[in-house]
Amino acid sequence: MRKNEGQWLWGLLAAPGTIWLLLLFALPFYGLACVAFGEIDPIFRNAVAAWNPLEWRFENFGEVMGEILTGSLRRVFVRTFGYVLAAVVLSFLIGYPVAYYLARHAGRWRGLLLALMILPFWVNYLMRMLAWVNLLQVDGWATKAFSAFGFQYNFLDGKGITVILGLVYGYVPFLVLPLYASLERLDVRLLEAARDLGASPGHAFRMVTVPLSRPGMMAAGVIIALPMFGDYYTNDMLSRSPATEMIGNQVDFYLNGTTQPQKGAVLVLVLSAMLVVFMSYYLVTTMRMQRELQT
Amino acid sequence: MSGLIRRNPWRRPVVLATWTWLYVAWMFVPVVIAFVFSFNGGRSRSVWQGFSLRWWTEDPNASFLHDESLHSALRNSLILAVLTMLISTPLGIALAVGLARWRAKVAKGANWLMLIPLVTPEIVMGASLLLVFSNLYTGVPLGRPAQLLGHVTFSMSYVVVVSRGRLLAIGRDYEEAARDLGATAIQALRMVLLPLLAPAILASFVIVFAMSIDDFVISSFLSSGVASETVPVRIYSAVRTSSTPALNALASFLVFSSLFALALGMLGVSTYRKRRGDDSDGESVLTEFANFDM
Repeated sequence: MRKNEGQWLWGLLAAPGTIWLLLLFALPFYGLACVAFGEIDPIFRNAVAAWNPLEWRFENFGEVMGEILTGSLRRVFVRTFGYVLAAVVLSFLIGYPVAYYLARHAGRWRGLLLALMILPFWVNYLMRMLAWVNLLQVDGWATKAFSAFGFQYNFLDGKGITVILGLVYGYVPFLVLPLYASLERLDVRLLEAARDLGASPGHAFRMVTVPLSRPGMMAAGVIIALPMFGDYYTNDMLSRSPATEMIGNQVDFYLNGTTQPQKGAVLVLVLSAMLVVFMSYYLVTTMRMQRELQT
Repeated sequence: MSGLIRRNPWRRPVVLATWTWLYVAWMFVPVVIAFVFSFNGGRSRSVWQGFSLRWWTEDPNASFLHDESLHSALRNSLILAVLTMLISTPLGIALAVGLARWRAKVAKGANWLMLIPLVTPEIVMGASLLLVFSNLYTGVPLGRPAQLLGHVTFSMSYVVVVSRGRLLAIGRDYEEAARDLGATAIQALRMVLLPLLAPAILASFVIVFAMSIDDFVISSFLSSGVASETVPVRIYSAVRTSSTPALNALASFLVFSSLFALALGMLGVSTYRKRRGDDSDGESVLTEFANFDM
């Protein structure tokens, strides 16, 4: 009888946040399309948003798509995918053993290590990049340490490898924590059963641990890949060279550095269209995992 | 057979342990070095020239204590973070409670709308907000007002996620008991649910504060020039110039302020738990602040 009583109250509580997100998240995203498909003012040459979809024009969109498919932007897109893929793979190689150790073997160090894994979230991202810029300068300590081993290298001179390592350093903490969570939930008895049935440790890892932690791995990979695709500041801090430009740098350039925001808007739309698969995958799997945990 | 028993199954995984501690060193040593260099005696941020407080207090123009442009960046960051915290937390808590209880059809849509910002790259949000503020909401000037609206938008969903876990743990029993004893829906909410939500509210305050302090993209897209530069924007624009170790001092100070907020929050949560007689160690208090799982 009381089931539906008070529903008005819950609706009322949810309303302000929902309206806020409609006005400042959903509508701006629509606005992005309206600028991308809008017109250019013939006199001032600035972008005019077309709020009515019936008035959308596709010249600007077609022009940018042409550049992406065959022109100068193609290299930027390919490079972005290459960098992100390399950075995600490296992050797994570095982060998975850490998460595994923490979940299975850390023992009395577990509390301290967990705190240390959380701590980088509380250190400003730009501060962490600043730290590396200082170390990698020509007279920086890292550069000197490398040259002591006979390896002379100017890291900050538009090097792709520096950008990739910067991305790894920036985002790997965001990988370790969800990986740890998924490995920690894993039932140790399943591993014991595998060992009892004659599997070697490596075999048990491959046949039990990896398949069971795969949803968590995929979700963790996606959650670091998404911000990497839109990253431009890591690149700007560590390279600031056209030779390493990613999609985010082009978006930043068109929106903040030129009077052609409509081009930046198209790039953001294309980027979102490419990422929507990953985004929905993440949302759907985490929702499913959450429901499984609740039941 | 000998292959199975040759190795002690309880042997300590030395390689994994070493790897993990190397990871920890790799995460923190560069940041600690950057902090140490704020005490450098010379102008360099990469060559050590002896200890001094020059860039913290002593230099009459360029030190952290005396350079007005550094103060302005710090002030912008802190004011923005506090305002974001004060707006985003109540909105998010109300949204979380509403979405957890509301059974109308729209609630499902609202739930998805709340989740999408969590996976949207910041550049997408920053770009669309910039365009909408310069084309539609022209009454909102770029600078702090726009930055504030942007920060609340990206942080609100995290408040929902943080408090949702707590709401599930609380369940509906206490509320229903209060209702059975004659409380109205609003009374049950105010006198039963809100006090039980206190740790999640505290955690949300701290997390939103830290997220706002940490943000670069939204602040940068929605800034209106030097006057509304936050600390991360300042670091970004100054890093490749010949700026002095005062930049390191500024960045370190910002890190300490978010760690200070974290410590305050943890103290609050553990006091709360102790008063309720819960047994809690530091680890479980800390995890209250790392609950980014959906």
